[in-house]
Amino acid sequence: MNDLAPALSVNHVTKTFDVSAPWLNRVIERRPKLFVEAVSDISFTVQKGTCFSIVGESGCGKSTVARLITGLYKTTSGDISFGAGTAGAPIRMQMIFQDPHSSLNPRWRVGDIIAEPIREMKLRDSEKETLERVRELLETVGLGADDALKYPHEFSGGQRQRISIARALASEPELLVCDEPTSALDVSVQAQILNLMRRLQDELGLTYLFISHDLSVVRHMSDHIAVMYLGRIVEQAAVEELFTAPKHPYSKLLLATIPDIANPKRRVEAQAGEPPSPLNPPSGCAFHPRCPIAMAECSQILPKLRQLDENGQVACHAVESS
Amino acid sequence: MTEQTTPSKMPSRLERFRDSDLWWSFKSHKSAVGAAIVLGLVILTAFMAPLLSPQNPYDLAALELWNAELPPIWMEGGQMPFLLGTDVQGRDILSGILYGTRISIIIGIASVAVSLFVGIGLGLMAGYYGGWIDNVLMRIGDVLLSIPIVLVAILVSSVAQQFLPPAFREAGVAAVLVLAIAMYSWVQYARVVRAQTMVERRKEYVMASRLVGTPARRLMINHILPNTLTPIFVAATLNFGLAILIEATLSFLGVGMPPNQPSLGTLIRVGNQYLFSGSWWIVLFPSVQLCILVVAVNMLGDWLRDALNPKLR
Ligand SMILES: Nc1ncnc2c1ncn2[C@@H]1O[C@H](COP(=O)(O)OP(=O)(O)O)[C@@H](O)[C@H]1O
Ligand code: SF4
Ligand SMILES: [Mg+2]
Repeated sequence: MNDLAPALSVNHVTKTFDVSAPWLNRVIERRPKLFVEAVSDISFTVQKGTCFSIVGESGCGKSTVARLITGLYKTTSGDISFGAGTAGAPIRMQMIFQDPHSSLNPRWRVGDIIAEPIREMKLRDSEKETLERVRELLETVGLGADDALKYPHEFSGGQRQRISIARALASEPELLVCDEPTSALDVSVQAQILNLMRRLQDELGLTYLFISHDLSVVRHMSDHIAVMYLGRIVEQAAVEELFTAPKHPYSKLLLATIPDIANPKRRVEAQAGEPPSPLNPPSGCAFHPRCPIAMAECSQILPKLRQLDENGQVACHAVESS
Repeated sequence: MTEQTTPSKMPSRLERFRDSDLWWSFKSHKSAVGAAIVLGLVILTAFMAPLLSPQNPYDLAALELWNAELPPIWMEGGQMPFLLGTDVQGRDILSGILYGTRISIIIGIASVAVSLFVGIGLGLMAGYYGGWIDNVLMRIGDVLLSIPIVLVAILVSSVAQQFLPPAFREAGVAAVLVLAIAMYSWVQYARVVRAQTMVERRKEYVMASRLVGTPARRLMINHILPNTLTPIFVAATLNFGLAILIEATLSFLGVGMPPNQPSLGTLIRVGNQYLFSGSWWIVLFPSVQLCILVVAVNMLGDWLRDALNPKLR
């Protein structure tokens, strides 16, 4: 929010997965190789100290983006670059995962789970200091020091997510990639975790790349939002802009499906149609089979992501012509 | 904070084990308890053989020919201390069984240990790296499983007989047996570990660890391996029984332990020759012991598999 230095820039990144059958089966059944383009030509920049969010339906490639950025997957094309962190070193990054049940090793004690980054990266000189740091981290995320001795199965989903956050903080990151950190949790617990994450951002000056399928979760966290549909960013805007004046028909659909607090029954008829398969994407604008204002050219020509004003980008033929 | 590492605050391993579902399941399965008691007795007596047996069956000087082919003690002509009778060289059958069981168990344990080591290592690598490493390792496994183990053992042991100096021949034969059995049974462990590794390595806890720069070897050993141990434990128990049987088969066919260091299989082979001359006890009692041992191990293994299965998912 303060200095406008990028923490992360993603430039025209594409990721293709080879989902072909094994070689022998392919030869015998005479089937071609099969690829899925999970992420197509994505670009965005995250400024230091801000929270940049990516929203979109499940399967649109959000986790793939997160894993590309953290280096768990290699990009097929495009490049990802990081800003300088403290003291000129490359910015340090960590990730918080979606599933609190599989993101903690069930055979490890919580203390060892949180200490692992410290031990692997040799961030403390002695075992005593390491354990001291583990206790400090547990308290930071609202758990007790003696929780270090327990195993993950002794905790609830929300507490496990706190443990994940403590582990991520253990390596003293400046950029946190959060892949749906609350979507496996109850609504009341979600709010607690989100508050914790906001507090940590303020206290530690963290930069967030926050991923969610739920716009209402993202609203209170982010400064900037990118809406993804089938591997592409279809709209990018500042939070208030996106919530008050969404441009892309898909953003409007997402907004309309947020449960209305004043009027919860109005869960909206708008969820028209199913998201298409990335194995077999629609031609032209991938959204055209579901788009209420689709035109003839929409099924032919892929709309480019265009700059609208200094903060907003959108990829839609209808918006261009208006 | 240092008290974090001292176990005083947490329940000890024994206490946690007593609380565990596994212990409760064990206590409520009479067949498992029975099998464990029988197996415990067999192992205990085998390893206390030098204390329990009236005679050292390996000491040729202690054998007296006039004690040859004595029947068991309850039959006419039976003599103390030869409770189960003697063989044609005057060797006490009970002593032979106790020592023979010990050899069978040692070879069983050694071959399980070797195949566990190889199977876990290769299974982890195949499952973790996938691709051509996986293909090559698993095809080697397929090939090994398709070669009859008896042929391999005959081949290897006859070659070993040729090249080993006589002093090492017995140890050499035992080693060959262990390797022959291990060569065959590591494949099963490798398959179990590989399948589980392919599941685990995609889990987010492995990714989290990769992100802090944990090297692959430590990822496999510290993170993935502990999560594959349950199915391995079951497979190892069942394979222990199988290893003892394979060893007995090979010894029975004459490519296993020699008569001066007999395992249960060797005892059965030697005794087999006297079955029709009326000295049935020479072959019957070692056979019964082999059955008891293998059945007890398999019953325990079956129970373990059932008891641990719901948690495997
Ligand atoms: N490792 C992978 N191998 C093959 N396909 C994958 C892999 N990871 C993701 N995909 C595919 O990429 C698409 C996007 O997946 P993902 O990034 O997990 O979406 P999201 O997180 O938005 O739900 C899906 O169609 C999925 O099947
Ligand atoms: S490009 Fe056409 S189909 Fe796509 S969102 Fe815009 S109007 Fe709808
Ligand atoms: Mg996801």
